[in-house]
Amino acid sequence: MAARASRLIVCTVALLLAAAPVSRGQPSKAGSQPPTRIVSLVPAVTEMLFAIGAGRSIVGVSSYDTFPPEVQKLPRVGALLDPDTERILALRPDLVVVYASQTDSIARFGSAGIRTFTDRHGGVAAVLETIRKLGDATGHSAEAERLARDIASRIDAVRARVKGRTRPRTLLVLGRQPSTLRNMYVSGGAGFMHEMLDAAGGANVFADTASESVQPSHEVLLMRAPDVILEIRAAGLMDPAAREERQSWASLGSIPAVRSGRIQVLVGDYLVLPGPRIAQAVETFARALHPEAFR
Amino acid sequence: MGTPAMTNTGIARDVPEIGKVSQRLPIRTRVVIASSGFGILALAVCLLAPLIGSTPISLSRVFDRSIPFADNVDAQIFFIARLPRVLAGALVGSALAAAGVVFQALLRNPLATPFTLGVSAGSSLGAMVAITFGATFALGPMSPISLMSLAGAAVAASIVYWLATRTGRAVSTSVLLLAGVTLNSFFSALIMFVQYLADFAQIYGAFRWLMGDLDVGGFQPILATLPLVAVASVLFARLPSSLNLLSLGNDAAAARGVDVAHAQRLAFIGASVATSAAVALAGPIGFIGIIVPHIVRLMVGVDHRVVLPASALFGAAFLVACDLVSRALLPVEIPVGVVTAIIGGPFFLWLLVRRG
Repeated sequence: MAARASRLIVCTVALLLAAAPVSRGQPSKAGSQPPTRIVSLVPAVTEMLFAIGAGRSIVGVSSYDTFPPEVQKLPRVGALLDPDTERILALRPDLVVVYASQTDSIARFGSAGIRTFTDRHGGVAAVLETIRKLGDATGHSAEAERLARDIASRIDAVRARVKGRTRPRTLLVLGRQPSTLRNMYVSGGAGFMHEMLDAAGGANVFADTASESVQPSHEVLLMRAPDVILEIRAAGLMDPAAREERQSWASLGSIPAVRSGRIQVLVGDYLVLPGPRIAQAVETFARALHPEAFR
Repeated sequence: MGTPAMTNTGIARDVPEIGKVSQRLPIRTRVVIASSGFGILALAVCLLAPLIGSTPISLSRVFDRSIPFADNVDAQIFFIARLPRVLAGALVGSALAAAGVVFQALLRNPLATPFTLGVSAGSSLGAMVAITFGATFALGPMSPISLMSLAGAAVAASIVYWLATRTGRAVSTSVLLLAGVTLNSFFSALIMFVQYLADFAQIYGAFRWLMGDLDVGGFQPILATLPLVAVASVLFARLPSSLNLLSLGNDAAAARGVDVAHAQRLAFIGASVATSAAVALAGPIGFIGIIVPHIVRLMVGVDHRVVLPASALFGAAFLVACDLVSRALLPVEIPVGVVTAIIGGPFFLWLLVRRG
């Protein structure tokens, strides 16, 4: 189902749009009691809550949550742009997880005496920091610490595995108009997508740009001449069409990746969410970039 | 998109002319002078534009046949990234400028644009539906989004046309204007509804489409819209004299022997076809259709036999130049629609103030 499946790319875009340079997950007030009724408007944080053992306390999730499967049974209460305050209040939460840019909501919940946990978007380190802060805020500090260390060590393992190998110049495509190369947006030199690519042993062709996403024209694509093209797709969106989508590149034959056929369409929600599955995403990237290192 | 200004003053009386001297020359000479002047400008811009870009390329390498095309980056940049972009700019610029001239004359309203009568709103709705519901069908060189955009334009234009020609008699411009503006608002509301159903990534894609973009990435999309532009050109070629009379008012035109209903239909169909072709190719790029005709009128007078070809040529030059600014002169590429507005708006105001 395309509509559902694109939601994860969606969340990435939401995050890119709501991006703040520094990453800091913060509970608004230091509550003495761990929360027992949590509403999360941030899919990546919902995943973190489940991963640190706070999943049982979740009573509501955003319209875009798909993972873990448990979220299917939970009430949906809107998302970044359309949080349904009334429904959220009706769930009587004692902690609401929001994006840092949702200042109106933060103020509203504050006046209702409900704590908020603000998720600021950033790189891989920000994800680990958010996990730790979330652990402190929900009384699951030990599990959070363990999870953060596990993710960090898995990413380090990938780094070690691809160390010393030639880092292919890589274009990380996050979205484009189907069947053409128009209106494309790709990873720039900032943010967790760029950092995951870097950890997986790829050299981002747009590493020199300071923004998280770049919209390259045909000319810029030809000029940057990537050795490898990785196209990221949320699950289910285009599995059967993936082969045809690779054909869109045929016109730009001077790009080394097009000539050598090193264009890969990677499908999976976890690839675009700055959540606890980033280590898995880094591994996927690394296998695509350095298949010989994983034999 | 369009502003329903209900002024009753026709353009002919409304916009004074700068080039008074040239008005004394016979019309044929003026057509030749204006067309060749603007033609040379358009040609110069179109020849210069592919040479400039964010990357320096070597022309000798571009045309070096000894290097296979697949390995020749310079040739690929020239023939895939730049030349199609320049041609698309020229085509879209002249289609929108000519459609602007025709709509302003047809509606006897200096504020009319190619987007006033709902054609582009229909196009946009079609494109939004294609983007949101992930249309995947393609017809030859036409992308699904272009196809749906043409379909939307056809629906919108048919509705306005039906409303306007239902009685079989000439239609008053205010009826046409009201019908078009109402349809415009109606389609805009439907666009909002479709966007509401869309996901974030789709909204991003839709939003980007609405800004307009000339980076078409090849000649096929241009060839696909060429037949429509040709049809519009043929219709436009028959219009200028009747447009001159139409802009004096329906009664005055009829008194001078114009078949007003027939001329209105030709004008409406021609301008709608040109607009829908331009929007299907590059999205709704604003300002060209209103700014260019007025700039040209300020320079060559109000006779449509001069204004129509001159606007088509100047529109091409103007949009190609704006796209050049957006892709080559600025540190970060910005949507061409933003450049047309930023350059066109102040320039137009300056022209107005200078002669006032």
